[in-house]
This record gives sequence, C-alpha cells and structure tokens, in this order.
Amino acid sequence: MSFLGFFKGKQKPGTPGDNGSADRGIMVFENTSEVIQAENVLKRDEWEIRVMGPPPEIQSGCDLVIEFPLIEELNMLRTLERQGIPPLEMVPVTSPLLQPVDLFQIKDFGEYIMVRAANMKLTVEKATGVIVNVSGGGCPDVPYLAYEMVGKTLIDAPSPREIGHTLCGYALQLAFEEVQRQC
Amino acid sequence: MLAIAGTVPSEGFPLLDGEITLADDHIRICDERISVNRGTPALMAAAIKTADVLGQPAPFGYLVGDIGQGKGSRRLYKYLTGHLPQSNFQTLTFHYLQPIVHWHKRLQQVIYEIKERPVLIADAGFMYVAKMSGQAPMYDLFTPDIGELAFLADEKAPHPFYTRGFIQHDENRVPDLIAHAYDHNNAARFLLVKGKQDYLASREGILETIDSPMEEALEAMGGTGDTLTGIVSALIDSGMAHSEAAVVAMKANRLAGHYAKPTPATQIMEVIHRIPKALLEVLEKRG
Repeated sequence: MSFLGFFKGKQKPGTPGDNGSADRGIMVFENTSEVIQAENVLKRDEWEIRVMGPPPEIQSGCDLVIEFPLIEELNMLRTLERQGIPPLEMVPVTSPLLQPVDLFQIKDFGEYIMVRAANMKLTVEKATGVIVNVSGGGCPDVPYLAYEMVGKTLIDAPSPREIGHTLCGYALQLAFEEVQRQC
Repeated sequence: MLAIAGTVPSEGFPLLDGEITLADDHIRICDERISVNRGTPALMAAAIKTADVLGQPAPFGYLVGDIGQGKGSRRLYKYLTGHLPQSNFQTLTFHYLQPIVHWHKRLQQVIYEIKERPVLIADAGFMYVAKMSGQAPMYDLFTPDIGELAFLADEKAPHPFYTRGFIQHDENRVPDLIAHAYDHNNAARFLLVKGKQDYLASREGILETIDSPMEEALEAMGGTGDTLTGIVSALIDSGMAHSEAAVVAMKANRLAGHYAKPTPATQIMEVIHRIPKALLEVLEKRG
C-alpha cells in the first residue's frame, strides 16, 4: 500500500470507530500466517495491538486482522516492511470487530488434562507433559499440527504459532499456552 | 457412488483422484498412501469400513496435500470445478478444505448445474465456508460438534474462533442453537450434532437424541467426528434414508468408540478397527 493511499484511508479526527473510539485501525494481510508473523513482530516490540476478527465487508474466509492504535501507523508500517510482511491495507475501524475467544474450558481426566480454546482441544498427560491428542477444528493445518505435536512433550513440541496457518491453528496456540500454564 | 474430497497433512502430496482403499492403517489412492491419523483420511477409512459392511463399492477420493497455507485446497477447488460436471456421484462429502468463500461459490455454481444433483454432505472447513457463503441450505447434511453448532447459530461469526454465540458449549443450549441456525438459514437440511449426546435435527427441531454408550474420553480424541461423517456418508450413499442413516451412524460410532476402551490418549484408528463390529450390531438390532 502506498503512503498516499495510507493517508487517504485515515479516519477523520473525532469519527467514532469501535466502541466509540476513533483511535484504532486494522491491518489486513494476505493470509493468517502473515497475521501471526506480524503479531509476533509487533508484540516483540511491545506495540499495543490485538488480533481480531475482520469486519463483514472484508471477510473472505479464514480471516484475522490486527487492531492497532492509528497514531502509531507509520512506525508499525516501517517495522513490518523491514520484516518483509507489509499489510495489504491499514484502515480505520469503522464497525465493531469480532472478539476472538478468550475463554478456556478445562477438563480433568485424572492422568490427563484437556484444554479447549474455541473449537480446538489439546490433551496432555500430566505426569510426562506429553501431548496425547489434538481434536476439533476444520482447517487443513489441524491434522498437520496434530501430526507434528502428538507424542511430544510441551517443551519439545513445535508451537502452533510457529507452524500453524489458520484460525484453527491460532485457537490451538491459545490452548497450548493455557495447558502450559496449567501443567 | 460416494465421493469424498479433502486434504492430507503433507505438503508434497500430489492432487489425486481415484478409488480409495484401506490397508495397514493407511489410505491408498493411485500409487500414494497416507497414514490414518485424523481428518479426511479418518473419514475415508470409516467410509471404507462402512461400505465394506454394506457390500457397497469403495468410495472415490479427491485428495491433495495442504498444511494450512491453502495452496493445496485452492488446487482442489479448481480441479473439482472442472471435474464434477462430468461426474455421476450419488453422494458428495466435502471435508478438510481451507474455507475460501469465492472458491466455494464457484464450486456451488458447478454443482447447481449437475443434472442429477448428488446428496451433499459437509463437515470441517467446508462446512465453515458453506455457512460463510450463505449457501448452507443447499446441503443435505452438516455434522457439527457443539462449538461448530454455535458458529452456525451465530449469523455474524465467520469462523468458530469468534466469541459471539460461543461463550459456553452448554448442551442445554442445543435446541436453541439449532433453531437459531435454521432461523438464519445457516444449517443444512439435516444437522447431525456430535457431543456428549448426539442429536439429529432438522428445521422442525430435534428428531432424535443418542446418548449411549457414553465414553467421556472420546471428547479428547481427534477424529471421532471424522469417523461419524464417514459412516453416515457411506450409509446415505447405500440408499438409506438420511434420518435413518444418521441414527445408525450415531449409534455405530459411539459403540465403536466404546469397544475401543478409550483413554484420552487413544488414537482414532483404534475406533476405526471396531466400526464393522459396531455397525453390524446396530444394523441387526434395527432388524
């Protein structure tokens, strides 16, 4: 996106966005993998961002966007361009964004613990920390993530953040982080 | 004949179509083989076992490698739009494909134009995209779990990942969620809802509930929904009425799970091995 286009897309001061706020924008990327990479980069640099669901007018499938403070847009754009993951678009928030899941369901099976985040479930053997099952989800990286993670310990297993590509992968990352807190 | 379209978790797996068989816990298609772990291979394995019990021909498969980047899925969508018009399948089951709205729309246009429209079944990513596209009513059967049912019930959610309608997966809400999904035209003609209890529903409401045998550990096991979809697909393709096939499938899948004596660490192939015994038992009791 050109800088000119970027400024043209900027919201007028005082125009209400999400929750009545005019100070938030969203970054739209080519795919969820890029969203996850950008989130890693921006959080590492301690930017105040949130991964959210896109507004209906730009939903195309398995989507995520990054909500960010508009005031920081140039700095963030420079950071992402340096990393080779510039967003397709950076636009002001004009309608409420969908909130990703932030609730976990935990089920204790005695020797095993299962954590559910959204549509994904991760089960671990308590004594060893070995991931014994991954279930739920419908995107094609779920079987891949299960193949790569099941049978490995929480320490040795690759994180879904590193090898996942979709919203299901992102949900599994949340379950992975929660089960690490629990074990 | 039943055709099943989906992906396998191997980036280099080529796009293949052909008869599928099960040997040594692997799905074989053309000269390739892939282990049955979960996902579409598990659905295919369950359908093969079911077809075998019923004396039906082995299903036809459309498979491609995709690890979540969507490249394989896009190739398969494109391939299907070119090949389905020449097909004469009685039943089409779509499974783990990347949800891509514009490709779904193109594929649906092709299916609309098939002279004798096949029975359409969708699960996993393809069920997500069918709902996202606003095309759910053209399908005959969806097989969601309760979380996915909440997604179908939420007219604004583009994916089960989002919170709205997803606060709690409370089984008591199932009738409301089903009604909501139908109110917003986000459900197939029949819904087979997988969970602690399994439900068969239509626009008229819940038609049947199956809650035994109960194996708590199955909730943790990846692939139990895939096997259910595979069993019901093969039953419907054999000519059994949709509602009857759904009830038989729910019972047989639960029974196969029970016979596997599962723990949360049990893998899905243990259930698949027991499908023939369970299915024969359910079919005999049905008379």
